[in-house]
Amino acid sequence: MNAAPMKKITGNRLLWPAVVLIALLLANLLWNHSFFDITARDGNLYGAPVDILRRAAPIVLVALGMTLVIATRGIDLSVGAVAAISGSWASMYIISEGGASVGVVLTAVAVALLMALLAGAWNGFLVAVLGIQPIVATLVLMVAGRGLAQVITNEKILYPDNSPAYKLIGGGYLLAVPFSILLAGSIFALTAVLTRKTALGTLIESVGVNPEASRLAGVRARPIIFLAYVFSGLCAGLAGLMLTSNSTSADPNSIGLFIELDAILAVVIGGTSLAGGRFSLAGTLIGAFIIETMDAFVVIAISARSTDVFKACVVIVVCLLQSSRVRAWLLNVLRWGRRPNRPRHEPRPPAAPDPRDSAAVPDAAGASGALPVKVTPSS
Amino acid sequence: MPNEPRTAADRPVVEMRDITISFPGVKALQNVSFRLFPGEVHALMGENGAGKSTLIKALTGVYAIDSGSISLKGTDVLFSGPSQAQQAGIATVYQEVNLVTNLTVAENIMLGREPRRLGLIDFRRMRKHAATVLRGLNLDIDPGSMLSAHSIAVQQLVAIGRAIDVNADVLVLDEPTSSLDVKEVAELMAVIRQVRDKGVAVLFVSHFLDQTYQISDRITVLRNGELVGEYLASELPRLQLVSKMIGKDLAALEALEEGTKREAVERIEGGAYLTAKTLGRKGSIEPYDLEVHPGEVLGLAGLLGSGRTELVRLLYGADRSDSGSTTIAGREVKLRGPRTALNHKIAFASENRRSEGLIGDLSVRANIVLAMQAERGWTRRIPRRQQDELADRYIKALDIRPTSPGTLVRNLSGGNQQKVLLARWLLTEPNLLILDEPTRGIDVGAKAQIQKLVAGLSEKGMAVIFISAELEEVLRLSHRIGILRDRQKVAEIVNSESTTVDDIMGVIAAEAQPA
Repeated sequence: MNAAPMKKITGNRLLWPAVVLIALLLANLLWNHSFFDITARDGNLYGAPVDILRRAAPIVLVALGMTLVIATRGIDLSVGAVAAISGSWASMYIISEGGASVGVVLTAVAVALLMALLAGAWNGFLVAVLGIQPIVATLVLMVAGRGLAQVITNEKILYPDNSPAYKLIGGGYLLAVPFSILLAGSIFALTAVLTRKTALGTLIESVGVNPEASRLAGVRARPIIFLAYVFSGLCAGLAGLMLTSNSTSADPNSIGLFIELDAILAVVIGGTSLAGGRFSLAGTLIGAFIIETMDAFVVIAISARSTDVFKACVVIVVCLLQSSRVRAWLLNVLRWGRRPNRPRHEPRPPAAPDPRDSAAVPDAAGASGALPVKVTPSS
Repeated sequence: MPNEPRTAADRPVVEMRDITISFPGVKALQNVSFRLFPGEVHALMGENGAGKSTLIKALTGVYAIDSGSISLKGTDVLFSGPSQAQQAGIATVYQEVNLVTNLTVAENIMLGREPRRLGLIDFRRMRKHAATVLRGLNLDIDPGSMLSAHSIAVQQLVAIGRAIDVNADVLVLDEPTSSLDVKEVAELMAVIRQVRDKGVAVLFVSHFLDQTYQISDRITVLRNGELVGEYLASELPRLQLVSKMIGKDLAALEALEEGTKREAVERIEGGAYLTAKTLGRKGSIEPYDLEVHPGEVLGLAGLLGSGRTELVRLLYGADRSDSGSTTIAGREVKLRGPRTALNHKIAFASENRRSEGLIGDLSVRANIVLAMQAERGWTRRIPRRQQDELADRYIKALDIRPTSPGTLVRNLSGGNQQKVLLARWLLTEPNLLILDEPTRGIDVGAKAQIQKLVAGLSEKGMAVIFISAELEEVLRLSHRIGILRDRQKVAEIVNSESTTVDDIMGVIAAEAQPA
């Protein structure tokens, strides 16, 4: 067997997420033989695959922004709250203006997205300018954002149900395809072009891998990190519109609840490391699809009580498959352990460690040094 | 003389015999023996990579030894971890303070052994005890204040206070003075003497020669993981110490000198590309003056930690200066950051290739074009074709291996990584290229290539600042040589036929002038 192409395939970071996705799809097919059937009714497409894509759309959006933020070594916990703000505001405005006209909806969308953009800018300001830890900085808005959404809706659940134009965003069809799929697809394409056809992607990665080396190479990290959070806010805002439009209801307490966790999960499943650096938009896309396909499978095959356990198992499998150590171990086991493992216990060489290494694995001296001296029993 | 040389009757408190430690591919220590007597300050000296920290880590239980033995107070010990060594009475204070900065001073001193009353911490007793400890150090601070409210120096002293309060027999100080200013060093020295007089054995590691001679009774020199010797400080002249650390005796150093001296560059009055006037940064480098002209290689010599890197970081804006001014090409410029320096055609290749130079997880190609791309801004991406062309050109010119531009930089050898870093900066076509230890840790062939490259660049009119711990190399390449000692630029000499390594070493080793 030729080793080089084989290695090229197994070395691809997208391989394992893709394998899991395909396995999940096949499992669905086994349970439900008409799983892949797509039917056209009134000139629009229906069916389980269409459904999965449609439901994945908001997660894809949020996860795209999250991918860029995570690549800069950050995280954005506020996306769910930002979705709630934008969804609530748009619903409130449409209802108060008596809704049906396209102009009203366009204004609602524009202002809601502007608010999301400001929310992202606020996060970016805290992280990039003030240097607050991302998890703390975005926690502020994660908590405060829902409060703001409550104020917008006056603590009520709103039903923007008299506006077909608004309904289009999350629940409508365009050219036989659900509009939300087209929307998420175009944002995905836009992000891909923005990061890979400009130098933004490389610069984000370089800041994420080694901030100090990037600074010394003349990369201005601040605007890059700031932009990532702004983009994440914008994506979350759009997701909020999509969610409220689809359900024709805006409950500030539940719009996009826990969507940050799904998004982070999609990013991680897609092979982007939470430690920052190299990212994969396609991986994130696959990750989001895995999450939604899992939900579809859960609905048809697993009893409601054990759904979370099943999801947890799939996530664990994907994460383990991505660990090169686990893969090496598995290969070893498959080879019937002919070659003994190299001893694991080795002292670290004295060479200057990569700062990322030391962040993950505290240097023995540093860790122990937290207590320079233990109690000595008086001898 | 406060401490008489030890007689054979004195028993060492620590005796390490024939210690060998290897890491994959390297012998970090080879048959090194080391003794430490009660009531002495013993300095461990050696260049970077000599094995000082490995030896300390063997003593403090961080590394396991491959062969040899360690005895403490006459009994053989084998520590399986740092906490065991600590319990046995070996206290270590590291370069970075390892205390809990968001607790009070008293809590830090008593951490892990708080006085209890009815099962609760007796804060009053704790504070009182801590106050006694602090008084013993002549440290006039409130034991109830937060540790973070104090300077690094005071934190360092608190760490020492904590160490001696638990009746340690051995106090290991690993570069304790590297972040302190002159006055703070004096305070620390006083405390070390006090501790020594109580009979504690102090192991002191520092790059500062002055401090070593101020405080040490005995000096052990390591080089390349091997023991050079143990000497009484009073019987080892500075010059000899330096030559033992560097590993060449003086005659041999001179013999190495070939007739490769560079011809002096004609300096035009006011024609300097960069002029620094009283440029400095507190706690990092004393104010200095410096000029570098087009076509000139300015070498910087000095021991590790003498301020070479700190000096050039100010010229690149990697650190901000807090005094003085810089003039670039005749105009005064405030260097706010690397980007300002880059815009003025200054490039800086850091000595820490991995942590401050390269982006390990990106390809050779991406690393080479990074600075150029940063200059152009993110909207104007260098097209992939052009990236490949540029990368290929420099991979060929600098003989980088492997030759494929898609290889991740972290998989390259040290010499090739250095070349990638050089390529990145050459691509920006700088007028002033600052190279900090560009030849450290790379093989002989790559070293010669880089030296040749530097000479060639200066002939084409580029100004170069070249830092190296290898004095021969500095001498071979430089037109002028700035010499640093203890965070100060102490001299600048014009390199001529008659200049020798000896001359430079003489300046490095010279006693500090009383201010």
